[in-house]
Amino acid sequence: MTIELSAGFLPLTDSAILIAARECGFAEAEGIALDLVRETSWANVRDKLAVGQFEISHALAPMPIAANLGLTPFETRLIAPMALGLGGNAITVSNRLVAEMRHQHAFEMTNAKAAGEALARVVRTGQTQGRKRLQFGVVHPFSGHNFELRYWLGASGIAPDSDIEIVILPPSLMADALASGQIDGYCVGEPWNSVGVARGAGRIIATKSSIWASSPEKVLAVREDWAEENMETLHALLRALYRSAEWCGQPSNHTELAALLSLPGYLGQPVSVILPALDGSILGEAGAAASPDFFEPHARAATFPWQSHALWFYSQMVRWGYVDHSADHAEMARCSFRPDIYRSALAGIGVPVPSANSKVEGALARTTAVGASSQFLYLGPDGFFDGAVFDPDRLGAYIDSQKP
Amino acid sequence: MNEPLPSVLIIDENATRASIIEAGLSAAGHTRVTVINEMHGIAAKIALHAPDVIVIDLENPNRDMLESIFQLSRAVKRPIAMFVDRSDKEAMQSAIDAGVSAYVVDGLRQERVKSILDMAISRFNAFSRLERELEEARGALEERKVIDQAKGLIMKSRGVDEATAYKLLRKAAMNGNRKIADVAESLVMSARLLGDGGE
Repeated sequence: MTIELSAGFLPLTDSAILIAARECGFAEAEGIALDLVRETSWANVRDKLAVGQFEISHALAPMPIAANLGLTPFETRLIAPMALGLGGNAITVSNRLVAEMRHQHAFEMTNAKAAGEALARVVRTGQTQGRKRLQFGVVHPFSGHNFELRYWLGASGIAPDSDIEIVILPPSLMADALASGQIDGYCVGEPWNSVGVARGAGRIIATKSSIWASSPEKVLAVREDWAEENMETLHALLRALYRSAEWCGQPSNHTELAALLSLPGYLGQPVSVILPALDGSILGEAGAAASPDFFEPHARAATFPWQSHALWFYSQMVRWGYVDHSADHAEMARCSFRPDIYRSALAGIGVPVPSANSKVEGALARTTAVGASSQFLYLGPDGFFDGAVFDPDRLGAYIDSQKP
Repeated sequence: MNEPLPSVLIIDENATRASIIEAGLSAAGHTRVTVINEMHGIAAKIALHAPDVIVIDLENPNRDMLESIFQLSRAVKRPIAMFVDRSDKEAMQSAIDAGVSAYVVDGLRQERVKSILDMAISRFNAFSRLERELEEARGALEERKVIDQAKGLIMKSRGVDEATAYKLLRKAAMNGNRKIADVAESLVMSARLLGDGGE
């Protein structure tokens, strides 16, 4: 018997695992007919999950956390039983701004510290000259983009809410807004950085992986009540997505994957702007040897929903004033990510799964073998560019340390 | 009820659809209805009109941006997504099916808004139906064009009149259990491939 599941996705490279699951037969092999519906906004995804038009969706990692903390309109509890890869974002700025930054301080896109220093000098120069604040676009307040951009700015000595301005724009309009001078830069998922570069609107100045190595980005979001009532289906889906992620991560499949994603019903963008994020050539020559990878759909437990990732996003929601810190809130955030479901779904297929639910973010300077349920599993590097460490067991102290 | 009807802002990049909703609301006695087709400077426009209800199409990629404006808005009137209490899941479902969403200022009673959303839903549905019909009409026109081309090719190569050419085409379609337009299309395509333009 085939089970039909309707899934929302936004046209982004990190929807790859869902698209390949459908197109390469991984969903079908688990008895699932995956209906993929392209959406134009995360608000639509949220609404359609809430009314049950979608059983599952491609979602920003902080979305389920925000929903469960009551920060979004509907009282629908969402959970993330799986992540959809690591990395995949970058910061792109206008040609004018990149020239100013280079004038101030040399940097490469794989060195977030140097790029941050260059931007900080431009901002300070602008302030002494009384220039208008720089404007950066992100796609959603509760997004990895917003929080990694803010983290990078903060650690570079730039106050995101007073030294510059952060505005919300849809990903597909970012490159146009940059080209027209409406904004000076943006932090967005691929292919929208490569699209901006291809149009000559700007240059990539830092990657998500250079700000926080092996960091979380999109997740699979499902309604908690749907998961409880359909656990077997969810398990089958997670197995299908795991196999799909494995396929997406194979370098020999990157060209085929880029061709799939480029189809008009999916990203509708040329292969030439999709492939660089998959094969790492987005990092240029300097980055080819650089570790970690720009976007990782499978290796290094890339689909494991670490509760430490959920808690880090929560710490940033507190930091930037979206929610007050309390033990209850932290617990709600932690339980939004469900490694227990991931583990039971994959228990039968003999793949290595982390045995812990959380890890200290920033503990691994390089890829390291760790104990797993079976076999060895490689994790990391997982450091923040400023060397700070996030220990989920010391959440309160971390939050205090980031208070202005 | 002496309270004035809520003021409505319609955000729709499709000007035709926006105007049919506007017309429907006017006919129902709404006097304060504004339409915005252009997203540029939207925050300032919302602040200026301070609407009680905002109606927006789901295809609009700017919903996330709008919601963040509402969140940051220091204004007293703070629009929130419709049906927050989910008391009326059916209405929400039909709104989403129709492709429309609404934001309502906090505190406005749901029953005062329901008729506005119902109107938007029915006009959105009517518009999609019209679009579909137009699409079908366009398709029919295309089919007729290709059948005419195929008839011309047959008349030329077989030296027959138009009626006979059509009969041959229809027979081929029946034998192959296909639509006449499909047979005509393959004929025109192969003629093009073989160098006979058939134009």
